[in-house]
Amino acid sequence: MKAYDVIVIGAGVVGAATARELSRRQGRFLVVEKALDVCEGTSKANSAIVHAGFDAEPGTVKAKMNVRGNEKMDKLSQELDVPFQRVGAFVVCFSQEELPKLQELYDRGVQNGVTDMELLTGDQARALEPHLSQEVAGALLAKTSGIVCPFELTLGLAESAAKNGVAFSFDTQVTGVEPGEQGWVVHTSQGDFSARAVVNAAGVFSDQVHNWVCEEKLHITPRRGEYCLLDHTAGNHVSHTVFQLPGKYGKGVLVSPTVHGNLLLGPTAKDIGDPEDTATTAAGLQEVLEKSALGVKDIPTRQVITSFAGLRAHEDGDDFVLGESAPGFFDAAGIESPGLTSAPAIGEYLAELITEKLGLSENPAFDPLRKGVPKVKDLPVEERAALLRKDPAYGQIVCRCEEISYGEIRDAIHGILGAKTLDGIKRRTRAGMGRCQGGFCSPRVMDLLSQELGLDLTQIRKSGNDAQIVLEKTRGEG
Amino acid sequence: MAVRELTCISCPLGCPLQVEIDEAGQVVRVTGNTCKRGEVYGTKEVTAPERTVTSTMRVEGGAQPLVPVRTRGDIPKEKIFACMEAIRQGRVQAPVQLGDVVLPNVCGTGVDVVATKGVAGG
Amino acid sequence: MKVDIVTIGGGPAGLAAAIAARESGVEQVLILEREPELGGILNQCIHNGFGLHTFKEELTGPEYAARFIEKAEALGIPHWLSTTVVDLQRQGDRLLVTCVSRERGLQVVEAGAVVLCMGCRERPRGALNIPGTRPAGIFSAGTAQRLVNLEGYLPGREVVILGSGDIGLIMARRMTLEGAKVKCVAELMPYSGGLKRNIVQCLDDYGIPLKLSHTVVDIQGKERVTGVTIAQVDGKGKPIPGTEEQIPCDTLLLSVGLIPENELSKEVGVQLSPVTNGPTVNESLETSIPGVFACGNVLHVHDLVDYVSEEAEQAGKHAAAYVQGKRAAQGREIPLKPEGAARYTVPAAVDPQRMEDQLVVRFRVSRNIRKGLVQVYGDDKLLYTRKRPVMAPGEMEQVVFQKAWLTGGEREIRVVAKEEEAK
Repeated sequence: MKAYDVIVIGAGVVGAATARELSRRQGRFLVVEKALDVCEGTSKANSAIVHAGFDAEPGTVKAKMNVRGNEKMDKLSQELDVPFQRVGAFVVCFSQEELPKLQELYDRGVQNGVTDMELLTGDQARALEPHLSQEVAGALLAKTSGIVCPFELTLGLAESAAKNGVAFSFDTQVTGVEPGEQGWVVHTSQGDFSARAVVNAAGVFSDQVHNWVCEEKLHITPRRGEYCLLDHTAGNHVSHTVFQLPGKYGKGVLVSPTVHGNLLLGPTAKDIGDPEDTATTAAGLQEVLEKSALGVKDIPTRQVITSFAGLRAHEDGDDFVLGESAPGFFDAAGIESPGLTSAPAIGEYLAELITEKLGLSENPAFDPLRKGVPKVKDLPVEERAALLRKDPAYGQIVCRCEEISYGEIRDAIHGILGAKTLDGIKRRTRAGMGRCQGGFCSPRVMDLLSQELGLDLTQIRKSGNDAQIVLEKTRGEG
Repeated sequence: MAVRELTCISCPLGCPLQVEIDEAGQVVRVTGNTCKRGEVYGTKEVTAPERTVTSTMRVEGGAQPLVPVRTRGDIPKEKIFACMEAIRQGRVQAPVQLGDVVLPNVCGTGVDVVATKGVAGG
Repeated sequence: MKVDIVTIGGGPAGLAAAIAARESGVEQVLILEREPELGGILNQCIHNGFGLHTFKEELTGPEYAARFIEKAEALGIPHWLSTTVVDLQRQGDRLLVTCVSRERGLQVVEAGAVVLCMGCRERPRGALNIPGTRPAGIFSAGTAQRLVNLEGYLPGREVVILGSGDIGLIMARRMTLEGAKVKCVAELMPYSGGLKRNIVQCLDDYGIPLKLSHTVVDIQGKERVTGVTIAQVDGKGKPIPGTEEQIPCDTLLLSVGLIPENELSKEVGVQLSPVTNGPTVNESLETSIPGVFACGNVLHVHDLVDYVSEEAEQAGKHAAAYVQGKRAAQGREIPLKPEGAARYTVPAAVDPQRMEDQLVVRFRVSRNIRKGLVQVYGDDKLLYTRKRPVMAPGEMEQVVFQKAWLTGGEREIRVVAKEEEAK
């Protein structure tokens, strides 16, 4: 049985952040993930917002982690070469009666330690964000709110961890955790592993993992949120994230630019039983379009290029469950919004607890820097020309909508945690994420995956093992 | 006397045809067509329908794995799947020129299958 | 590098435009093509049905393309393959075309005129907001066509097709011939968007049901499609509750419309029509940016490639006249206005001083019309009328406009498509 100091269950943003923080120390660390790639669960489908921190009740773990996570994001995004922009956020309300609620949010933000907030009238807000609807009666502006690419953040954290010595085992489903001689035995689809400490970062399954081990049970309700994503042509429709104050139209949806220049609308919020049910619904998508129009006018909904649904892990206690729940068993359970923002702080916090528990020493070789796949399209012309001279593969465009080259896709396949699937390429490079949604490039990306990995096209997957794309050759072997 | 209503497939116009057939199954008259081809199609379609088959054939030693092919003319409709199977089994050696016969007299129809594109050697 | 004319795209439009420009006496014409070979989408359209108008015989896509490729090669027109144009800007009276390729790296080509020939793309699932899961097994029809015809792989065995445009119909037959079971073709509209002949030879021949006024309301399957639910829709295209039918399948093909690819056109500031999603052009097929011409599916989605070639030939000639300084002096542009069932016109304006004796005006109608009329008015004066027994949204209409009709003083020209009896 392979032995580790720490096994992290789950390669979402929380697992990856924890792994990276652990890699600042010396030890044998393993991340196990049931999917074929990082960021395949809750982390991949959310609002991509780095929240300022005025939402959470003061004194909660959520509030603390949110504000700390937000603070860490500038340095972290630079170290990891991950796009992050502090675009600022508005919370808008639609009537004079709701203005006190904005004040409440403001006060809560102050209590939580949020800086750079302002209360504005509707007109002041519209002056800054011209597409805010005429119905907007007032707004809270939080300048520290930002946007990030959730996948790139997770991948950046995970690759940084891997670069600093953390092992990753994908396609590895955890089937049980039991006490063992060395602390814990983690049973998986790839065999058993022992660990002195275990981190439960299993997202919507974190209650299940917790309940294998702990007396005091948790209960997670998967809460589904549906989103619509609009093409680049709509990306400038707003320049800040626009939230709606929960009020006379119920809990609103947000309208936000994304770091890749798209416009994001959503989410809905529906509690469901099935922790794998990420299907969108006609009613949900309709709700997204209707509600987003309340706060922001003239959204070009004809520019919708895709819709998707994500699950938030809502715990009955309505707060993050963070810390040592059994000796050597560390929970990061019930991490719903603002989980993405909080992840770096959660990782930092858990790694500190574990370091203390196991007496880990510092890793002198820790290198905080990691480079992502170059974004050739965004380079200035001269630099791009120079890069193409150096490596002509960056001149062969594969995805025309997002202008992604062969070189970038090759790099994504051969990265530290390289892409193995079509979705893996898409999330690392954006090939297939544009307006045609992979119509043109997916066969070409499949060819590339098959060449670089030495696989037949029938072995190429969209995401999971059963997500075969083409089923058979029509003409047998040549 | 029976009348069959057809849509002509000879060209993109898609004329609505009426084909009058007598008791012996002989075509008496075709109406609704705007050109001669419509009359020919209407007559054939009710007596011995034919189609052009297009597909691809595997290329050996080529720059591309497949070459597009077609039956040079129409073949009886009931032989479409047999023709497809023959094409599926077929192999052609690169280089291939546009118009090369890759399968002569497919399924005994007297019609050749020809390459519709050139494929260079690889 | 400096050339007279660049065609962006080496498909049917780019080839015909380049050939016409060269034949008009322009020395330096350059074709930029993003694929490794010329011919564009025709290379994967291996079915027959192309070229009846142009060559009086029925060709397959590759055969049709070959006729133009051979001609371009005979004329010695250079083409850069596997080359993607990433930027287009106007600088003074020159156009700067920035392109990248493996072979040549990043190049800025300076051109006197540019002909936009980028074609179109398929609308993806997201544009329809079809609810459900997001598994493997959902393809646009053109993607499936490429996988089958160029790569030799079968994307699915049990197939439902949404959309009865020609690519959807062609793929229904193609998948059937390759051994897949096509369970049905669902079409949102009460009529097919494809050619009538394709309904006969692609669906009827193989007993594939066409379900008009139906759409896909749910997609099932976590990793690979396991089924879809279709439902009947009302007059407004909304699904009617209670009409849902679940169909087990492993593949959903989408053939739900084509969108001209005008991202580059936008970069140079070309004005686009909200109806066609293509540039608004005048009688010379010139866009709102001087020296930038457009033709083929980037201008408006055509039903037949023959018309693409014809239009591109005109664009090539006009571009040639532009760089040669042979154009007539600019006069007053008279706007063309679509009316009744006519949705748009290409061109959208004519300059009587610059137009040739005849000008083909193309348009599409918004609904099926039986016993129809096409009329042209110069202000209130009827200039032309023609009976059209059948007009359909899936098929392009045209009027051969005569310069002789105009006095030159018209404020506007109206192109009307309507039922005969309508007043």
